[in-house]
Amino acid sequence: MKFILDVFHLLMRQWRITLRMPIFLVVSIVQPITWMLLFSQLFGKITMLGAFGSSYVQFLAPGIAIMSALFGSGYAGMGLLNDIDRGVVDRFLATPVTRSALIIARVTHACMTVGVQSCVILGVAMILGARPKAHIISFAAVIIAAALLGGGMAGLSNAMAILTRRQETMFAVLNFTMLPMIYLSSMIMAKQLMPPWIQTVCKYNPVDWAVTIARGGFEGNDWFVWRLAALAGYTTFFGVMATVAFRRYRQTM
Amino acid sequence: MDAINVRDLKKTYAGGVEALKGLTFSVRQGEIFGLLGPNGAGKSTTVRIIVTLSSATEGRVEVDGVDVAADPVEVRRRIGYVSQNTTVDFLATGRENLHLQGQLYGHSGAALDNRVDELLKLFDLESAAKRVTQTYSGGMKRRLDVAMGLVHRPKILVLDEPTTGLDPESRAVMWRELERLAKDGGMTILVTTHYLEEADRLCDRLAIVDGGKIVAQGTPNELKATLRGDIVQVEIAVGHDAEAAAQLLRSTPGLSNVIREGQTCSAQAEEGAHVIPKLIAALEAAGLPVSHVAMSRPSLDEVYLSVTGKSFTKADAAGAAGPRGPVPAAMRTAKPGAK
Ligand SMILES: Nc1ncnc2c1ncn2[C@@H]1O[C@H](COP(=O)(O)OP(=O)(O)OP(=O)(O)O)[C@@H](O)[C@H]1O
Ligand SMILES: [Mg+2]
Repeated sequence: MKFILDVFHLLMRQWRITLRMPIFLVVSIVQPITWMLLFSQLFGKITMLGAFGSSYVQFLAPGIAIMSALFGSGYAGMGLLNDIDRGVVDRFLATPVTRSALIIARVTHACMTVGVQSCVILGVAMILGARPKAHIISFAAVIIAAALLGGGMAGLSNAMAILTRRQETMFAVLNFTMLPMIYLSSMIMAKQLMPPWIQTVCKYNPVDWAVTIARGGFEGNDWFVWRLAALAGYTTFFGVMATVAFRRYRQTM
Repeated sequence: MDAINVRDLKKTYAGGVEALKGLTFSVRQGEIFGLLGPNGAGKSTTVRIIVTLSSATEGRVEVDGVDVAADPVEVRRRIGYVSQNTTVDFLATGRENLHLQGQLYGHSGAALDNRVDELLKLFDLESAAKRVTQTYSGGMKRRLDVAMGLVHRPKILVLDEPTTGLDPESRAVMWRELERLAKDGGMTILVTTHYLEEADRLCDRLAIVDGGKIVAQGTPNELKATLRGDIVQVEIAVGHDAEAAAQLLRSTPGLSNVIREGQTCSAQAEEGAHVIPKLIAALEAAGLPVSHVAMSRPSLDEVYLSVTGKSFTKADAAGAAGPRGPVPAAMRTAKPGAK
């Protein structure tokens, strides 16, 4: 009970921070829209290869939602690093607050912002002509996949923040992880058209799990329940990893 | 029962820094206890162990009878902590900062709202309560820090250099408030500070820490009483060898604890008025013209100087490194319980 209340209060704080940084808010909405417009122009002719369904925007929209989820929460650890450096984390730790709530609130916040972001992206995609084939289910599939991926990435990012304790190192590690994860997935390219080795790598890439779930749902195909379970497992894994890293950080003080 | 009891506290940081080498002191209920010492002495380390943010390598700490290692959560409920640097949340208003702090202690509803209002008023932050703290001055942030440490009405308040960086006026206000909390509110206060004069005036008792050990402990008057006689200071004219003057002082009968800081030599004299004329004559005879002479009763500065070997301002600027001065035998060892 105390845990839930603590998470709730800290979550409110995270939202307050998000809302008071309007630039971030604008960037996190404008950026995916730009990607979508750019990619649909750049790769517009790609549909001639087949395997992309009716239109490229239709194919791209769920992928962009997932990509934004990854980037949006990849830098979540920066907030934790700031709070550590400014002594805010220590101030919280000197209260009886449940320790793990400090991390769980951040991961939950990432899931939520990513969810909101996905809604906006889908809205814009629909204006550009994309059509969710299974209505509400389509939306749910994209949002859940994006939120789970975002939560896991936020966990990894927070863990990196604690382990490296330096912004530059953290960014280097995360950039190095995120870009290959995107290009080694079916986000921009249909799976049938990939070389076999990338198809194999995809099987182990959480970004591809998320893209497949989101796209499957968006097209009204089945939900790929086992992929969803795997993705939830990935989110939990990194959530726990961040919590463990945080415990270690407290013990070395 | 003591409010805070620290026994043989040792702390070695990962990486091998031995920050505390066996620290013993106790803070009584309802008193203001000061922890003084040069940079790197171990004040913050001690404080962080007391408030459960760090763990001891060896030794025992009890807060209000509760062992910090055995029941940290209970200790956190009873203690309020204000850290050395400001920890306000930049993107939240003053009121929001206080409110969240209260919520984390499990408070809510009208009781919390009232408490927040009360603290905003007490620390003169009412008019800025709705402003994001990014726009606060250093003094306002510091006052908010202290207010946050009090939101759950702790029995014991621990403050790490609450007045550093404040102007003299704000420092005075801060101390008045701390005094009021102790005298009227019955609160116990442990405070670290670099302002000896304030510590002298406002602390009931204090301890001087140096190199991870307590080097002196007692009431301000007790500490000053350990230095008999007067403090004599002579300043040698610029361009002349002050070290030679210090040597001369060291060989002068009736002077002890000679310390040189730049062109100024200071020493303890059994009878200052007696020794000064002879001293000036001797220095002039040795070709060391004196540009300034002063005599004073020992203050906490001299106590500090004699136990840490560093004058306060110098120690402040130069960090932990510095020459060890002579230490009066009576004050050399930490005497647990010496009152
Ligand atoms: N996290 C840490 N890891 C390693 N060493 C540390 C750590 N924190 C402090 N130290 C070292 O422990 C010693 C005591 O530091 P501490 O901060 O307790 O001193 P202090 O008395 O508070 O000094 P100041 O007046 O500058 O605040 C110093 O040598 C410092 O370098
Ligand atoms: Mg300190």
